[in-house]
Amino acid sequence: MNRRPPLLSILIALAGAAFFLVPLIATFNFSLRMTRGELSFAAYRSVIESDKFLSVLSFSAVASLMAIALGVLIVVPTAYWVRLRLPHMRPLIEFLSLMPLIIPPVVLVFGYVRLYGTSSILPLTMTETGTNILLVIGYVVLSVPYMYRAVDNGMAAIDIATLTEAAESLGASRLRTIAFVIFPNIRSAIVSGAFLTFSISLGEFVITSLLNRPAFGPYLVQMGQDYAYQPAALAIMAFAFTWVCMVLMELFATRKPGQRLLQWRAPRTVEKAKS
Amino acid sequence: MSFLSLSGINKSFGANTVVRDFDLAVESGEFVSFLGPSGCGKTTVLRMIAGFETPSGGTIRVGGADVTALPASRRKIGMVFQAYALFPNMSVRGNVAFGLRIAGMTRAQIDARVAEMLDLIALGHLADRYPYQLSGGQQQRVALARALAPRPNLLLLDEPLSALDAQIRTSLRDDIRRIQRELGITTVFVTHDQEEALSISDRVVVMYKGRADQIGTPAEIYNHPTTRFVAGFVGKLNTFDARVAGTDSLAIGGQEFSGLRRAGLSAGVPLTVALRPEALSLHRRPGDDLSLPGRVQHSSFLGSVIRAQVEVAGQSVSIDMFNRADATLPVAGAPTEVWFTRDDVLVLPEASA
Repeated sequence: MNRRPPLLSILIALAGAAFFLVPLIATFNFSLRMTRGELSFAAYRSVIESDKFLSVLSFSAVASLMAIALGVLIVVPTAYWVRLRLPHMRPLIEFLSLMPLIIPPVVLVFGYVRLYGTSSILPLTMTETGTNILLVIGYVVLSVPYMYRAVDNGMAAIDIATLTEAAESLGASRLRTIAFVIFPNIRSAIVSGAFLTFSISLGEFVITSLLNRPAFGPYLVQMGQDYAYQPAALAIMAFAFTWVCMVLMELFATRKPGQRLLQWRAPRTVEKAKS
Repeated sequence: MSFLSLSGINKSFGANTVVRDFDLAVESGEFVSFLGPSGCGKTTVLRMIAGFETPSGGTIRVGGADVTALPASRRKIGMVFQAYALFPNMSVRGNVAFGLRIAGMTRAQIDARVAEMLDLIALGHLADRYPYQLSGGQQQRVALARALAPRPNLLLLDEPLSALDAQIRTSLRDDIRRIQRELGITTVFVTHDQEEALSISDRVVVMYKGRADQIGTPAEIYNHPTTRFVAGFVGKLNTFDARVAGTDSLAIGGQEFSGLRRAGLSAGVPLTVALRPEALSLHRRPGDDLSLPGRVQHSSFLGSVIRAQVEVAGQSVSIDMFNRADATLPVAGAPTEVWFTRDDVLVLPEASA
């Protein structure tokens, strides 16, 4: 009964892992070689110390956070209403939510520029603020497939209709129901959607570049053209950041109410949900 | 003036009419059950009382006020759902406090009321647990406490016991009735389980195809069903084809019985008579005055009851007899006599089209 480990499976797994890990290790190794003859974090230091880096990163971060806020405000009530009152519309809404994956961002952004350009009734591209608004809207559109799916799955996991009725029978208005009952119960789904949105928007290139915004994506590309070691360092940092996002998503998604974020100890028993 | 009154309620979903001409008056403090097969409209009526559905016609009054157009959130009605519907993000305490917070009570008032409600359902020690940490029976008790906490005018229970296993179902049923009596709250209970409806209610509304077929006390419903549907749906029933024989007699299986004449029918008219399994016996009991010959098909021992299947007048008939220590099982194939009393014979109205 002593089964040998399936050699072929292990080999395939190793080959698969190597496919991802070798370039990553190579890039990391390369990023450490800016100072000739020794391994150092000089490239990272050079990137982090540059003013440009901080300004583009904070610009992108703010734009991404606004995209998350706007996306949540649009997607959560929509998904809620569709599930509660228009269940027959769900296939259509789901299809619409996938459109950003089908239409290339370059088409989207050229559409924006034509629609909201100089000769438009709403010439958003004429001002700095207007262009930033377009950028955020573009990010929202790009993240809709992920945000909608995450939120809709979150709502599928709880009985939206009955919870809504329970809250209403206790006197809660629709707004209070969404705020106190629906929202907290799909919080982990929203957080997942938010992290996905963040990681998409932060490195987004096409829309950002064509709207000529001073953001992280175009900066990354520019660095790649101008320097050797710094882009490798940036790539590794971006990779690490994405991983942190994924881990946080996982933690939030698997947490149950009344439990700590990390379960080193027993579930806490102090009163929590009332505040 | 009744406390809850439904008059002329109709409800259609598109071309599909699910509730027709439904009238009901419930007195203050009364416990009324809606009993019927699935799809009979009982849940729809309950949801209209709660305000989750709008009637296509008719009016709903609670405490004299017309609430037909009032949204659910302003009706002050407590509701318990089949699927518990506790808020997963809140502890037991948070769930019970929810309606009180919405009502804008102070923290001290809320704490006092929550403690009182948790005492009522004997779950004070689980106040800080979350719904996923509770059993189904505990969750449903919390749901009951949550519904009752804001002192609603009316308590609605939508098949609250259906998702629970048999033992919990019986004990929670008794709890619900005890709490309802203690608080004296007017209650409407929906179920498809006749034993549940008969055991818990002051009055039962048997519903069939969107109508109230019969409204009455559990004993009236069981002993004197007024429609063929109620007779067949509530309890087990043996039916016999019979015929009006004379001015004062019916013929059942070639034998004439006097004193069973249904008024207003002329001789020869076919009709159906029915007998409950427990109204029949293979031994003559005091008071038994009628009998029919039969042949035992088989019998089974069910503990407190001995159930025999007997062929009578070409039909298979169920007979339930209480078990006694000296009782013997009827032997299959043996000829026998089936005894009953005149008063137990139900003459069923002809099936309405």
